This record gives sequence, structure tokens and C-alpha cells, in this order.
Amino acid sequence: MKQIDLKKIKELELIANKLRQHVIESLANAGSGHQGGSLGMADIFSALYFQILHHDPKNPEWETRDRLILSHGHICPIRYAAMAEAGYFPLKELKTLRKFGTRLQGHPERKRLPGLETTSGPLGAGLAQAAGMAYVGKMDGKQWRVYALTSDGEHAAGLHWEAMLFAGKHKMDNLICIVDRNHIQIDGRTEDIMPLEPLREKYEAFNWRVIDINGNNMGEVIEAFEKTKSITQRPICIIAQTVPGKGVSYMENNHKWHSQPFKEGQSELALKELRLTEEKLKAEYSKL
Amino acid sequence: MIRKEAKLVKNILDPSIDKQATRAGYGQGVVEAGQKNENVVVLCADLTDSTCNTKFKELFPNRFIQVGVHEQLLAALGAGVSLAGKIPFIASFAMFCPGRAWEMVRTNICLNEANVKIIGTHAGVTVGEDGATHQAIEDIAIMRPIPNITIVVPCDALEARKATLAFLNVDGPCYARFARNKTPVFTTEETPFEIGKATILRAGKDVAIIACGSLVYNSLVAAEELSEEGLNVMVVNSPTIKPLDEEITLLAAKECGAVVSAEEHQVTGGLGGAVSEYLSKVYPTIMEFIGIQNKFGESGTDKELMAHFGMDIASIKKKVKKAYDKKKRG
Repeated sequence: MKQIDLKKIKELELIANKLRQHVIESLANAGSGHQGGSLGMADIFSALYFQILHHDPKNPEWETRDRLILSHGHICPIRYAAMAEAGYFPLKELKTLRKFGTRLQGHPERKRLPGLETTSGPLGAGLAQAAGMAYVGKMDGKQWRVYALTSDGEHAAGLHWEAMLFAGKHKMDNLICIVDRNHIQIDGRTEDIMPLEPLREKYEAFNWRVIDINGNNMGEVIEAFEKTKSITQRPICIIAQTVPGKGVSYMENNHKWHSQPFKEGQSELALKELRLTEEKLKAEYSKL
Repeated sequence: MIRKEAKLVKNILDPSIDKQATRAGYGQGVVEAGQKNENVVVLCADLTDSTCNTKFKELFPNRFIQVGVHEQLLAALGAGVSLAGKIPFIASFAMFCPGRAWEMVRTNICLNEANVKIIGTHAGVTVGEDGATHQAIEDIAIMRPIPNITIVVPCDALEARKATLAFLNVDGPCYARFARNKTPVFTTEETPFEIGKATILRAGKDVAIIACGSLVYNSLVAAEELSEEGLNVMVVNSPTIKPLDEEITLLAAKECGAVVSAEEHQVTGGLGGAVSEYLSKVYPTIMEFIGIQNKFGESGTDKELMAHFGMDIASIKKKVKKAYDKKKRG
């Protein structure tokens, strides 16, 4: 990694930290919602919204924008945080998450909030819709790309594999599927509930190119997205190993924090830890 | 009496009347839609010929997407294709799309207000020999409660073509239900068709039949035969199940005082359901329901099955008389 990139990476890490704080605050305010996956994906959201995606927060329907599909819609708190921080809507609107009349529905709804690309939450359906968009992109010779964020748990859904077959058939090198490989789902560990491994080989057998990364290492995340640009004739899968609850020690790797309401003092404890990390990151940044 | 304004063919009772399948009318319509609008694309799930999309595929190979035997993908992919700016017609047997793909239809298409046209062919028991597994007789019922959707069940191949073209003027999800077998083409180019509008084909005062799909023709023949027995039966073609033409429905109920719904579908949740839900609110009316009475289909010829499930001409006449008797008894 070049020296000049290290500064950018630290900036993106700081943004990810900020997004994590938004997630805790908005979920504490909402009284319900999904912490684990939201925190685990903060680094990838920071990378996408602040470095990788071609997009315009002031013009969400910009025709040549890249499309970002969030298939596991339940981690929308992190998407809302990234969108607010990027300027799609005011930060204070994050307080309305999950409240009656909000644009920030418990699972994201396209018609309510510009910039979401689709309505999602029911698992397994994101990659198929992303593939539909990517097909049109190819058909019309467009340069925009489609990024589909998917959970590991939702890989149990048959529809996801239908979409994998379809994308493989059409050599969709404008389609990037990111697997949020955090090894947990509501009922427990993914490998106990329905084993997915060997996941890389499964994608490869469906004619995909696979990149394995640590999804909580900003350098690896950026490098992986950059690498996708040189891959042709194959849809691309980034298997991102992520730590559910990342950044808040008492939540990390605990499947109970897939989703549960905060008890008294818990959100404050989480924010305290995240603010300490923020100070640490700022100190590191100033030394670069 | 059959109304002149309905502009039906002259030889309506002639056994030599031209016959075509409604799915074939769709096949012509979608080609014309493709010629009119270059954003029209067709998605098929390994049933291109059966769903009458072969011609479209030949004329517009770059706008035809084969998805294989993946009906959930058909619906979800269709949503994505639409959100990227196209007007996809997604076609399969009604049993599988919307049947198998219901949740994708509901969430990915309808909640998204995606401009997807869902084409379900081989609906009803007239698929015949294929048996119960392939006879979609619940499809209207699973679609009707979904907000944002338009549902059309054309009565013949010509109306099917008109409905397909009319879908281009609806900016949102639509479902059209077509049949496999050839049935009489009794409407003409001049017969009125508009989404959301029903048409009184035959005037009458004793009982009104409100029908859709294959049962419109059977109802007309039954009404003609009943006139020889002194009964004066109104026949309404109500191809749009959603939104229902409330004005004509109410008018039929008021004019006749007894209504019989007729559809090749379960009697719950379809056209009869829509009519009775509406009339019970605004003008409670004696009703009878022609359709499948809470049973699965089975193998047989279309004639055998229509008689067995009470949808042939003789059965319609019986139900109309029953409704009339109820009305007389008050």
C-alpha cells in the first residue's frame, strides 16, 4: 500500500467509527433493530459511500450512478448512517429510525427514501434484483456497476443460488456480490444451522471470481474493490470475513446481538468505547 | 338481448366460430408492445413457446431474457430489470408465477411499485389432462389483496391482445391471466376495452351474470338459451378484477336484483369475491357463485372438467335459475 493511501484509509476508518456511533445512537433511540450486522459492515459501508461508489447524494436518481443493493435489509441502520453522513438527508433524521411516519423504515423501502435502489429485507432476493439491473447495464452498454451486499445466513435461500447461476451464465463483470461472512444468524452459528463451507469453491463452481478479505480491514476492503475493476468475463464475489458487533467488545461475535434491545447503560457503554477508538484513530491520523 | 354497442361477432352461437387461445392473443399483443416501445423486454422461465413468446424472441432477441426453471428469479430479476428502466413482461404458467414466486411478486415488484407485467398462462382447469398440480385456480385470490396491482382476465384472444397493449399505459405492476386452450373469439376490434371498465354485453332484468375469462362466452350462450325459457339475463364482461368497475357492478345489481359471478377459479378470493365484497357494502344483493367450490382440479378433457366443476353452460343455467328463485322468494 502506498504511503499516500494510508491517510485515506485512516480517514475511512474514522468515518466507519462515526457510522458505528450513529448506529448505536439510532438503535438505542428506536428501541429495537439489528446491531451485530450493522456494526460488522461499517467498514465496508464507509469504503463504498466515501471512496468506491460513483454517486451523488444530492441527485440519488443520477442515471450513471453505481447501484448499491442491500439484500439483508435488516442491517439498514448502517446504510442510513452512511447515507446521512454522505449527505443524502440530515443526520438528525436518523433519530426517526423505525418510528411511525419515518422514511427510515425498519426494513428499507425504496419508495420512501430516494437512494435505496430497492426494497429489501426478505432474505435471498437482493442478488436476483441486482442481477436484473446488471443485465440491463450490459444490455445498454452502461458503465455503472451493481454492488449487492448479502449476508451469509441468507445463502440458505434458493433464490440466491438461482441468481448466482444467472450471473455466471451472463459473465456479469459489472456485478459485485459482497458476502457479509460474520458466521452468525438469528438462531446461532451459520455452520451449525446450515453449513456454507466451502463457500469460495461454491461460487467458483458457479463461474464466479472470488476475492477473500478481512471485511474489517480497510486496506483489504479498498484493495479488493480496486481489484474487481480488472476482472472481466466473470461476476465477482468478495467474501468479507466480518466480526458481528465490531467495535463494541461486549457485542463482538455474540449472536444474541444480531438483534436485541439495549438494556440500561448498554448503549452508553458502547458509545464510550467507540469514542475512545475515535480518539485513538485521530491520534494515529495526525501522525501520518 | 345482446347489445349492439358491445360490437360482438354476428355468428356468436355458430359452432364454426373462430377459436383462439387467450395466450395467443397475448403473444400478438406483446410483439406489438415491443414494436411500440423499445423498453419492453420479455423474461421467460423455460416456457417460451407455451407462453407464446417465441415471436417476440425472434423479433427482439436482445430484449428476450431466458432465466431457466427459476420462477422466483423470474419475478425478482424482473423487478431489477424494471428498476433499471425497462418494462419487463415476465411469463410462466400462472401456477408458478405468480404461484411459486408470490413473495417476490408482492415485495420486490408490488411494494417497489416496479413496472413489471406478470403474465400467467395455463390458468384454470382447462389445462385439463395435466392435472391438479398445473391448474392455477387460486392465482387471482393470491394477487387481489396486494396493493398497487392491476389484475386483468381477458375473455378471448382479441381482448387478451388489447389488455397486453393497455398494460403499457399503466405505470406499475400488472397481472394478466391467460388460458391454454382455444376458446371462441366473440369480441371484435370495435368491442370496447379499457382497464378498469366492465361492459354489459347482454341486457337483461331478471339476473345479472358478472363474468371474466372463459366463462364470459359460456354465460352469453347460457343467457341466450335461458331467454327461450322466459328468463331475461344480463351478461357483464368484467375483465378487470382490480380495480373492479364498481359503477357497472352496482348498476347490474340494481337492474337485476340478483347477481351470479362466473370465473374459472376458486369461488373465494376472485371476481365473485370482489363483487360480493363491494355489493355487501353498498347494495346487498342476492348472489350465487360459479367457479370451483373449494376443491383441487384433476385430469380430464376441458369439457369434462368444466361440467364436473359446474362451469359449463348447463351448470351456469342452473345457478342463474337458483339465483332467480331466491330473488322471487325475496
